[in-house]
Amino acid sequence: MNKNNFVIAGKKGDKIRSDCYVELKSKKSGGIKLDLKSKVEVMYGDDIRKTIFAMCDYFGIKHAGIYIEDYGALPSTIMARFELAVKRLFPEIEKESLPEFNPANNYKTKKDRLRRSRLYLPGNEPKFFPNAGLHKPDGIILDLEDSVSPMEKDAAQLLVRNSLRAIDFYGAERMVRINQLPRGLDDLKYVVPHNVHVILIPKCESAGDVKIVEEKVNELKKKHSVKNKIYFMPIIESALGVIKAYEIATASENNCALAIGLEDYTADIGTQRTNEGKESFFARSMLVNAAKAARIQAIDTVFSDVTDMEGLRQSVLEAKALGFEGKGCIHPRQIKVVHEAFAPTEEEIDKAKKIVEAFKEAKKKGLGVVSLGSKMIDPPVVKRAENVLKMANLKEKEN
Amino acid sequence: MKMIKNSAGRLVPSEVNGQKQIPFKGVGKYKPKGKKAAPPIRSCIDYPADGNKVVKNLQEALKRAGLKDGMTISTHHHLRNGDALTNMLFDTIKSMGVKNIRWFPSASFPVHQHLIKYLEDGTIHHIEGSMNGPLGRFTSEGKMKGTGVLRSHGGRWQAIQDGEVHIDIAVIAAPTADPFGNATGDRGPTACGLLGFALADSIYADNVIVATDNLVPFPCIPWQIQGNNVDYVVEVDSLGDPTKIVSGTTQVTKSPDRLLIAEYIAQFFEDAGIMKEGFSFQAGAGGINLAFAVYLRERMKKKGIKARFIRGGSTKYLVEMLEEGLTDFILDGQTFDLEGVRSMRENPNHVNTSPFTSYNYHGKGNFASMVDAAVLGATEVDINFNGNVVTHSDGYLLHGIGGWQNALFAKTTILAIPSFRDRIPVIVDEVTTLVGPGELIDVIVTERGIAINPRRKDLIEATKKSSLPIRPIKEIYEEVNKICGGKPAKPKVKKDKVVAIIKWVDGTVIDSVYQVDK
Repeated sequence: MNKNNFVIAGKKGDKIRSDCYVELKSKKSGGIKLDLKSKVEVMYGDDIRKTIFAMCDYFGIKHAGIYIEDYGALPSTIMARFELAVKRLFPEIEKESLPEFNPANNYKTKKDRLRRSRLYLPGNEPKFFPNAGLHKPDGIILDLEDSVSPMEKDAAQLLVRNSLRAIDFYGAERMVRINQLPRGLDDLKYVVPHNVHVILIPKCESAGDVKIVEEKVNELKKKHSVKNKIYFMPIIESALGVIKAYEIATASENNCALAIGLEDYTADIGTQRTNEGKESFFARSMLVNAAKAARIQAIDTVFSDVTDMEGLRQSVLEAKALGFEGKGCIHPRQIKVVHEAFAPTEEEIDKAKKIVEAFKEAKKKGLGVVSLGSKMIDPPVVKRAENVLKMANLKEKEN
Repeated sequence: MKMIKNSAGRLVPSEVNGQKQIPFKGVGKYKPKGKKAAPPIRSCIDYPADGNKVVKNLQEALKRAGLKDGMTISTHHHLRNGDALTNMLFDTIKSMGVKNIRWFPSASFPVHQHLIKYLEDGTIHHIEGSMNGPLGRFTSEGKMKGTGVLRSHGGRWQAIQDGEVHIDIAVIAAPTADPFGNATGDRGPTACGLLGFALADSIYADNVIVATDNLVPFPCIPWQIQGNNVDYVVEVDSLGDPTKIVSGTTQVTKSPDRLLIAEYIAQFFEDAGIMKEGFSFQAGAGGINLAFAVYLRERMKKKGIKARFIRGGSTKYLVEMLEEGLTDFILDGQTFDLEGVRSMRENPNHVNTSPFTSYNYHGKGNFASMVDAAVLGATEVDINFNGNVVTHSDGYLLHGIGGWQNALFAKTTILAIPSFRDRIPVIVDEVTTLVGPGELIDVIVTERGIAINPRRKDLIEATKKSSLPIRPIKEIYEEVNKICGGKPAKPKVKKDKVVAIIKWVDGTVIDSVYQVDK
């Protein structure tokens, strides 16, 4: 047990929304004393009390003083915060109090699905979660790394776990960025059993980094009988990582993409990030080349000025020209701009239509080889053409 | 107190504050007959021939107006949360030892929590108007002596005209006035735009006092309030805090979810064919509404479409549309920022209107029903499209009706609302308080989808091919309940203790607000 017999968890303050604050004090007698102050007392006060008593029961807590200040936290958030308090008070407790798995979250992903936009959500900020998917990013990233303070890593693990189970992300690919290794290995048990689609491995510098994650993931998959595929997206953020890009890209057949993170990279090579991006041209080209050589996607860094939509558009057009297929987003408003900028041009759409038609024609005739004019068409070219059409179609829908 | 079930199925008292009440009979079903109320006959020989009606202070004016116990005193909310005059007025009334005043404001703001002590000590008996924020909380807890009466801006005019409310003394805050009582709101250190909310009072009250902190020599041009209706003019040091009267600049919301709602509405205008040459719309100053106007403007520019008029709440965003030629006129009921005030002062096509032109049930027509589409908010909407703007799901009365009920008469009424706030569902099975009947509410736009009232087959048909997420309201309701962790419990209230009633635009009672059971 925690030596002070008293812990706190969660957040409090005038600006806090959709979250809660918990104080937990262990006692020798007197049963469970729960003092709840909730913004939604009238609507859900009884429901919250029921949840807390049930959790005390589940964790075998018989005597405790509990104080909760609730700012309209969703049930999965309240559960994560209270479990956090329990585990801070009793670090020896291993069992988990899981919210019900939302059946809407059962969908799968594909290795080559569109990954134009991925929206970063700070892993310890539950208020951003329930509506994130409504902005239609290709993927959402629940972040356990840089957006979470070192003191709250344990909080984010539980919150991300509960959210993967309970929150509907409306079809977005479900990604989690774990912490830099080796710490990140400890994050995996909170995400692998809960239908995570892609694990982002930050500051990746060698094939070994991917392999060690893969090993741990396989171990957890086996333990929890997880059948679905879990893909990896190593993020390269250092000079060494750039040099080893191809080795990293080919480290696992479960790699679906290689991403670049330029804040750390530019610091590593001792320069500043500029809008022109001359300083990162080599690294980005190297990364695109490595990813393409490994037949996986190349994903660009985030654009950090959330008010500059025109700058973002230019940045995406440039990334697209370099061979990138996706961009990180740190604000939902960026998603639409990113999708528009990645959308194929009329010319690209025409060409793609011809390729797909030629492929269908060849299939109908039972031909093994597809050709368009005098050129042979490889399956990946067809795939890309299909993707172009899919994107064109999406663009139409979004307008 | 006898409770009667009205045509909306809500229980309402048959009598409130000693006045008999008529239960709501349905939209457009109640038409009182007879003559309108009228102020007493006055003669000009009783007023100074030189036109100088200035008296030394507010107390003197009240004394001359014959202030006594039980009178009805009206004030107006064009100074919004910057209003110092109303508080000063009741300080004066208190110092004169007068009791049991019926306060008849066009709306109240948090700044008026100063008056709670006068509600407690019996200076004010009850409020008829709006009970916002702290005053609403006070009312909800059953602490007001009388029963609150909430009316829309149009309903206020109706109540004055059909004699339901007789104003003994109207006190009008005038950012600029002359000694004769001509007054305007579009200039002066506490300029607020227009004084439309005080217009009815200036015509129908027994006594009219104009208070100004910017007295100019006769004539005050333009005049929005006519001096010929005014009894006394009082000069005060300051009417209030200009920074809280109008904001320097109104800001579009930064919330991505609210922006999404605003984008959906703008697209709905286009897809449903509302946005067409010569159309009109009404938009307020809420964060979503401002953003909606910005998105609609982009679409209008792209398609080369111009509106004939926009009804405000004006802000710099609407002013820009006027100046860019995207609309011929702004018909303004309330000005929310300095740009709006400037435009109204300088641009003849930025016209000041009043609840008489726009909202009055006893008018021979209303601008509000001529508007193609109005975008409004709500605290709750239910699966039958009924709307609530006055109470929250916890049962507390926290807002007034404003022009909301009146604006529902637009050809298409759109409510822009988040489907839930934190963990509070906004789409519910049944509204806590019925303020607007579902038959007048056509479209609900949330971040989780758009629900069209099944009555509006034309809109459903027009948007069949739209890429907008149009869904049955029940489906959004169920999704929200799931997110929030089940159906929310209803507030515990004392069903035998009505703390306020909600009037419909015709003066009938559409619902009751009950004391919350703490």
